[in-house]
Amino acid sequence: MFGKLSLSSIPWDNTLIMSAVSGMLLLGLVILALITYYQKWTYLWKEWLTSVDHKRIGVMYIVLALVMLLRGFSDAILMRMQQSVAAGTSHGFLVPGHFDQIFSAHGTIMIIFMAMPFLVGLMNIAVPQQIGARDVAFPFLNSVSFWLTAAAAALVMVSLGVGEFSKAGWSGYSPLTERQFSPGTGVDYWIWSIQIAGIGSLLTGINFFVTILKLRAPGMHLMRMPIFVWTTLFTNVLMILAFPVLTVALALLTFDRYLDMHFFTSTLGGNPMMYVNLFWIWGHPEVYIVILPAFGVFSEVVATFSGKPLFGYRSLVYATAAITVLSFSVWLHHFFTMGAGANVNAAFGIATMLIAIPTGVKIFNWLFTMYRGRVRFTSPMYWMIGFLTTFTIGGMTGVLLAVPPADFVLHNSLFLVAHFHNMLIPGSLFGFFAGYTYWFPKVTGFMLDEKWGKRAFWCWLIGFYLAFMPLYVLGFMGMPRRMEHYSNLAWQPYLIVAAIGTSVILLGIIFQITQLVVSIRRRHDTRDLSGDPWDGRTLEWSISSPPPAYNFAIIPVVHGIDAFEDMKERGIAYQQPHSYHDITMPRNTGKGLIIGGLAFVFGFSMIWYIWWLAIFSALGMLFTVIARSMDDDVEYVIPAAEVERIENERYQKLLSIAGNLHADRLVRGG
Amino acid sequence: MIKTNCHSAFAGLSVLCLAAFLSGCSSIPLLDPKGPIGVTELHDIVVAFVLMLIVVIPVIFMALWFPRKYRASNPNAEYDPKWSHSVKIDLVTWLVPAAIVLALGTLSWKETHKLDPFKPIDPSVRPISIEVVSLDWKWLFIYPEQNIATVNQLVLPADVPVSFRITSDTVMTSFFIPQLGSQIYAMAGMQTRLHLLADTPGVYFGQNQQYSGRGYSDMNFKVSVTSLNQFKAWVQKVKQSPNRLDLARFKEISKPSIDFPVASYSWVEQGLFDSIMDKNRNYPGKIAIPPREKVTSSGMH
Repeated sequence: MFGKLSLSSIPWDNTLIMSAVSGMLLLGLVILALITYYQKWTYLWKEWLTSVDHKRIGVMYIVLALVMLLRGFSDAILMRMQQSVAAGTSHGFLVPGHFDQIFSAHGTIMIIFMAMPFLVGLMNIAVPQQIGARDVAFPFLNSVSFWLTAAAAALVMVSLGVGEFSKAGWSGYSPLTERQFSPGTGVDYWIWSIQIAGIGSLLTGINFFVTILKLRAPGMHLMRMPIFVWTTLFTNVLMILAFPVLTVALALLTFDRYLDMHFFTSTLGGNPMMYVNLFWIWGHPEVYIVILPAFGVFSEVVATFSGKPLFGYRSLVYATAAITVLSFSVWLHHFFTMGAGANVNAAFGIATMLIAIPTGVKIFNWLFTMYRGRVRFTSPMYWMIGFLTTFTIGGMTGVLLAVPPADFVLHNSLFLVAHFHNMLIPGSLFGFFAGYTYWFPKVTGFMLDEKWGKRAFWCWLIGFYLAFMPLYVLGFMGMPRRMEHYSNLAWQPYLIVAAIGTSVILLGIIFQITQLVVSIRRRHDTRDLSGDPWDGRTLEWSISSPPPAYNFAIIPVVHGIDAFEDMKERGIAYQQPHSYHDITMPRNTGKGLIIGGLAFVFGFSMIWYIWWLAIFSALGMLFTVIARSMDDDVEYVIPAAEVERIENERYQKLLSIAGNLHADRLVRGG
Repeated sequence: MIKTNCHSAFAGLSVLCLAAFLSGCSSIPLLDPKGPIGVTELHDIVVAFVLMLIVVIPVIFMALWFPRKYRASNPNAEYDPKWSHSVKIDLVTWLVPAAIVLALGTLSWKETHKLDPFKPIDPSVRPISIEVVSLDWKWLFIYPEQNIATVNQLVLPADVPVSFRITSDTVMTSFFIPQLGSQIYAMAGMQTRLHLLADTPGVYFGQNQQYSGRGYSDMNFKVSVTSLNQFKAWVQKVKQSPNRLDLARFKEISKPSIDFPVASYSWVEQGLFDSIMDKNRNYPGKIAIPPREKVTSSGMH
């Protein structure tokens, strides 16, 4: 009836896990109770859970990303604490095997459930507004993508209290992930959570690819798109091409584990090296999937806060294109030490170095955007400058690892761990934080507190250096990654510094939470009435904050790269149109949530071998999709009069602050 | 041209850096290599590092200087709100990184071929052969010429090239002695090769560098590099050991265990290494697949 699931599947004896689980359950109950107390269930259901509005879905993605950031970061703290004490004869405070689950969960969560939802959230919020569209091409599909991602994240969270998570690392190399070596449910949690989230990501990729190609405002030809839209477009190309590889690799592994097949075993004709290749054919482009959108954010931020168009727009577009193509030709650098010949290793090493060229070009473009600009030191700009300096160091160590003989001694060491955190924390996460701060007023209508934002930035930056620079040294000291304990006492001081660094980052996260709370409490004083709080250059700043459901009452006509800046210069930024039209918008639906919920049940029952439930939930998903496809009533009309009422309100507001609008920059700029 | 220029220009610098590093850094194994492979790899790291500083230092400098100089509160800084293109700067930003990558690529190509772990160090010198089997969670070393074996202890004669054949009787692992250089994966049913040379007697540590499950953190071994005479004496001593490594004993030690004590065996079952590889290509008790060619890592080399 319940497959492998029984009461003994819950790790009752692990106090650490049990207290974490009870804490989470308690928090969940408090949240549910508060929603009930304030009678917000209808609001939540109607306005959020069933929403197909890209802005709402974007916010839900980012909320998911922030929650998972807390989870992934808790794992990081545990790892750093464990390694700072588990020296010599001490085996630390974690029960054996728990450390292995923690680092596997940390990697999986940070990449698949923090970085991915964060970037997709930012894409959702910004892209349709930047291209002058009213929503994405397939709003319902967007909702399905989100709920699949959320369902998969829920599976990872459940693995904490029911059963275990994978102990085979986030990359899950076979044959360690084969049933022979990992008989428990951990690897299955890992497989199904990534699989379900991966389908969501693939659908997102298709959705935004079509959105960008088909829904741009008139006049916005490709070479006039904001850079964030460009990087999103290339990210979507990568998602569409890379994710199916992961899906197939995991499916084959699933066949091995569930049906006793032999794709990746060492025996009976299977080949574990094939898994490693397939994983990184997805895995390397994935690095660029999580980093390109952040590059896009940095491009928007640096242009806005330097008061100049982005330097070398075309160059930057071509550099991004080059990175996109090259990212598929370097996967082997993840395993120079697997025994490939010198020609193969050298070829992939050089291909990897080639990526440094377009990446270097981008960095120079951002630098020269600030050159002869008028730089305003807002907190997004802090993240930007922190990124430029720190990421450069990570790029350098990356090229170093691309030299195969260097990799022969540094591979799988803490040097490698330091390197990729040095790319992903400044490169992706700082970019996401910059985007979160930058677009926060657009989404909510009020500003994030700058003071707490800057405090958080300093903690993250200093904490980052303290946490990861020692790991570079440890790599040279020969310390491998993923050590639960170690006997070499010379490593310990560096690991203690790293642990201190992690606690400084924790302070940064606490400041970010404070920032959010403080900002919400002061929201009445920091309202963004103009819709353009930063003196922005792209179309999202031309509409109100928060924007109406339809974004643009009249679809704008674009004449240049920085479309809104162009309007401000020509003095037509705030001209109210003479008349409005009816607007057709997609209607909310709960079917995305239902599909996501069923996907969760399906994943859970597959993990626990509850076959009847798996069949039931799979059929449920199928029927929901069919029901949706039969539904002809998926849109509603906002009458012109209603649009006019909303827009009149907006222009009333604008009138009240007419003196403060960034309307005519040429005069101010002199 | 580039190649030689780079080398002469950076050789001096690298020696300087090396000296600075080495002075207080004998506790940093990769900066204190004990054999030519490790020395060359360290040299490559330093050259690549210094080459990249050509771009990295100016970038970091500009990243701090530009925003400071062009801060909105600085009335003396120029403001050029329309300036967004310069062919000259474009050329520099594409060509300078490209030139550095060209230099690094050339270095990479040459050094990767020179340091190919499958390639013997000096074809004119007869190396000592050692067969390495990675087990859960310990290392078995077979000396086929001496017909002895050890667990978790590797004894090497100084200044004699060592030719390793490496396989795994479990999941993927990575065989690595940091102070001697190059690591390589050990994989079941397959054989990888590694050629190392230790030039200074001493005791070093070796380890598994690829996470392999529960006992991974303890999958370490001691490497003793001795003079050739001491090595011979050690072989003789092992020869006296009452322990023999027959199939039954192998089966016993290959069972998963953590902290397996150092052991040595005076006799080894003929062809043990190959039979371990063969065993892992097939599935005991099920369909027998005709053995492939012995030297595998199929099609990889």
